[in-house]
Parts: sequence; C-alpha cells; structure tokens
Amino acid sequence: MNHNRKVWTLIVGLLMSVGLLLPSQAKANEAEEGGLDVTAMIFDHIGDSYYWHLFDINEETQVSMPLPVLVYSSESGFHCFMSSRFHHGHESYDGLKIAHEGEPYAGKIVEQVGGEWVRPTLDLSITKNVAGLIITSILLVWMILFCARWYKNKDEKHPAPKGFVGTIEMLVSYVYNDVIKPNIPKNTGRYAPYLLTAFFFIFFNNLCGLIPGSANLTGNIAITVTLALFTFVTTNIFGTGAYWSEIFWNKELPAWLRPIMAVIEFIGLFTKPFSLTIRLFANILAGHCALLGVLSVIFLTAISMPGVGNGAMSFVSILLGIFLDCLELLVAFIQAFVFTMLSSIYIGLSQAEHHHH
Amino acid sequence: MDLLIPESGLFIWMLLAFTVVFIVLAKFGWPIITKMIDDRAKYIDDSIAKANEANEKLAKIQEETAAMLKQTQEKQSQILAEAMEMRKQIVEKAQTEATVAGQKILEEARQQIQAEKEDAIRDIRRQVGELSVKVAEKVLRQSLDSDQAQMAMIGRMLDELETK
Repeated sequence: MNHNRKVWTLIVGLLMSVGLLLPSQAKANEAEEGGLDVTAMIFDHIGDSYYWHLFDINEETQVSMPLPVLVYSSESGFHCFMSSRFHHGHESYDGLKIAHEGEPYAGKIVEQVGGEWVRPTLDLSITKNVAGLIITSILLVWMILFCARWYKNKDEKHPAPKGFVGTIEMLVSYVYNDVIKPNIPKNTGRYAPYLLTAFFFIFFNNLCGLIPGSANLTGNIAITVTLALFTFVTTNIFGTGAYWSEIFWNKELPAWLRPIMAVIEFIGLFTKPFSLTIRLFANILAGHCALLGVLSVIFLTAISMPGVGNGAMSFVSILLGIFLDCLELLVAFIQAFVFTMLSSIYIGLSQAEHHHH
Repeated sequence: MDLLIPESGLFIWMLLAFTVVFIVLAKFGWPIITKMIDDRAKYIDDSIAKANEANEKLAKIQEETAAMLKQTQEKQSQILAEAMEMRKQIVEKAQTEATVAGQKILEEARQQIQAEKEDAIRDIRRQVGELSVKVAEKVLRQSLDSDQAQMAMIGRMLDELETK
C-alpha cells in the first residue's frame, strides 16, 4: 500500500513537470510540422456545420452525415439540396459555396452577388445544431409525455412513481416547489409550464451536449438568446402596474432620484435577459473548450514527445478529462437551475403588488 | 467574434422548436405532473392531519377509558362500603329489635306474673275472709247458745245504734 502510494506520487509528479514544458514545445512543433491546430479543432467542435461530422478514417476520408441546405436569397430565390453537393466544402453548387478559412463568413454558405461573396438573405439550412435541436426537442417532448402518461388513471393515493418517471418527477417537483413557487406565489400555474420547459430544455441539452459528437446547443448564443427572449417576453407581457411604476417612478425613492433610477431600471430591463444569454452560453462553451483542450494534450504530445511521454500525458489528460466531464455534469444542472431561478425571480418581480403603507 | 453573433437561421429554428415544445408540454405534460405533485402534497398533508387527529382521538379515548375505569372502581368500592354499612345497620337493627322483643316478652311475663300474683293474693284474701267468717260463725254460735246472752247482745247492739 505504502509502496503503491510512493510510485503514484512519483508518476504524478513526473507527469506534472512534463506538463509545464508542454505548451511551448507544442506550439513550436505545430509551427514546424504544420500538425494539430488545437484552436481550429476546438472551434470546429463547438461551432455549427452543414455536416454532422462522425469520425475521420484518415486525412482524406471523413465520415460525416450530409444535412439538408435550405437557403433563400433575394437574388437567386430558394435553394434546397443536400450538403453533400458541396463535397465537404471543396465545390460550389447552385451558385452557393461554403466559405473557406480566412475568407469572410468562414464555414458559412455564401453566394456571389456583384463579384463579392455575401451571406444569402435567409439561411434556414438544417445544420448540425438545427438537426440536434430537432432531435433533442423530440426526445424531450417524448420523455415528458411518456412520464405524463404514467399519471393517467392514477390518483394521489397511488404510491409515487419509481425509476425514470420518478427521477423526472423528482426534478419537476424540485423546480416547481423550490424554485417557481417561492418566487412566484401568485399565478404560479400561468408561469410554471414555461419555467419547467426552460429548465428541462436547458438541462437536457446541456447533458446531450456532453455526448461526444453531439451538437453544442446550449453553448450557442442563438439558442440562449432565444431562451432569454422568451423569459423577457414572459416577464414583461403580464407585468403589473406596480411593476412598471417601480421601474419608471419608484415612489419609495426621493423625488430627484426617480428619473435617474428610471433610466437605470429601464436599462436593467434589457441587461437581465442579456446576462441570462451570456451566462448560459459562456458557461457551457467554456466547459466544452476546457474539456477539448485537456483532451487535445494527448494528440499534441503524440507529435511533440512520442513514446513514454505521450503515454504518461495521455493518462493525465484522460484523468483531467474525466474530472472535467464530471464537473460539466454538475454545471449542466447548475446552469439550468440558475436560468430557471433567475427567470422565476424576474417574473416574480413583474407580479409586484402595490405596497400598502 | 463569430461566436457572439446569433445565427439567424438557428435562431428561427430555435424559436419554432422551443415554441412547439413549450405548447405541447404546457398542454399535455406539465399540468398533469404538477397537478399530481400538488395533489399528492395535499394528500400527504391531509393524511398527516388526519393521523394527528386520530392520535388525539385515541389519546382522548384512552383518557376516557381510564377515567371510566377509575369511576367504576370508585363506584365499586362505594357499593362495597354501602353494603358493609347496610350489613352493619341490619345487624344492629336486628340486635336492637331482638333486645326490644326480649324486653317486651320479659315485661309481658312480668306483668302476667304480677297479675297472677295479684289474683293469687285476691284468692287467698277471699279464702281468708271466708275462713274467718266461718270461724266467726262458729265462735258466735258457741257464745249465743243461751237466750240471755242473745238478749244482752241485742241490747248492746241497739245501744250502739242509738249512740250512733
């Protein structure tokens, strides 16, 4: 036992000291051999694509699923074809092409208008993210409806569900009783469906995003901005008179402060959804980047220090990767929880009543 | 940066997908689950309240039973005491009655004896009178054998009447 521990300490210490030398060496090697571009690899993973990339056999042969391209251009009208027509971005089709690295709109479909490559008016292509979104949405709806079906023909005297339905009920019950109800004591029934949908949508997509090869949805700003927009609309559309008067003419403040606070509060209306957008997006994106960065150590050391060094570094990077993956599981829940919690608080504030003095 | 600009296509798809998910789940999913959660919570609360009530009732019943038992025991001892008292009274009464009856019998006997005694005395007196009359007769007959004596006697008696 004691002996084992000594060996362990030695190995970890050795690996860590090697790790310190790593970044400079990797960069040097990359520059020399034109090897792995970590940044490009990470951005490729977290970004969107017109293909669902599965795996590479070798540098020439990539196995990926083509996805439908749906483009409307005010110049050339509707385009609808499979992305395999582009031959992985090497060819143009129907007057459209995928912009290469270094060009403007890199990785996006562009069309030539007046000698310049510009984005078409509306690109509704089923990209990897859209495909992922459709799949997770269907799965989510199916999951929740499956659970809801369990409750049919059962009354409250029936014992609580077990297994999968029980797990979902535990989550629903937690969000409903501990997040939504305390923050929105009035009109709970009006807002609970939206907040529950938001929680489960974010949580489920956070978890799905952790599956290797899946789409990174909640780490995409278009997704989070939509969610924040829903919260913004839900908050303000049913805002009470007391809520609006607290924003624009807060009677609890001295008169000279009121106009200043009105401006600040008005800006606050928009910073709230903005912070919701950025918080979720940045947290998930950062997690993915960190995980990919740690795992790419394996491939970097394979180039810079083949043999024992690579083996040792792979070991460390896998350990770190497992740790980060567990952390991401936690973050997946926390971020879904935080989004729901803050949305509940904002909605709760919008249901303010006039104070009676 | 590219990452910070929302892609319009994905935004539209997301808007659509989330709206559909929300509508379907808000209609067929969440209300069923949250209603059950609320109902079950209410049922559990009610059950706890009912259990408490039942416990209270039970405690009350136990108290009542104990009180009843106590009361019964008290009554029993009271009845026993009463019975003892009654026995005592009966015995005493019997004794008194017996004494009274005995005295009455004695009294009656005494009265009878007295009456008989008086009868006897009266009888003796009568007999003594008769005897003394008979004796006096015999004595008188002997002393008045002669006429002289008889005349003296009559004279004396007449004198006596005159003086009277």
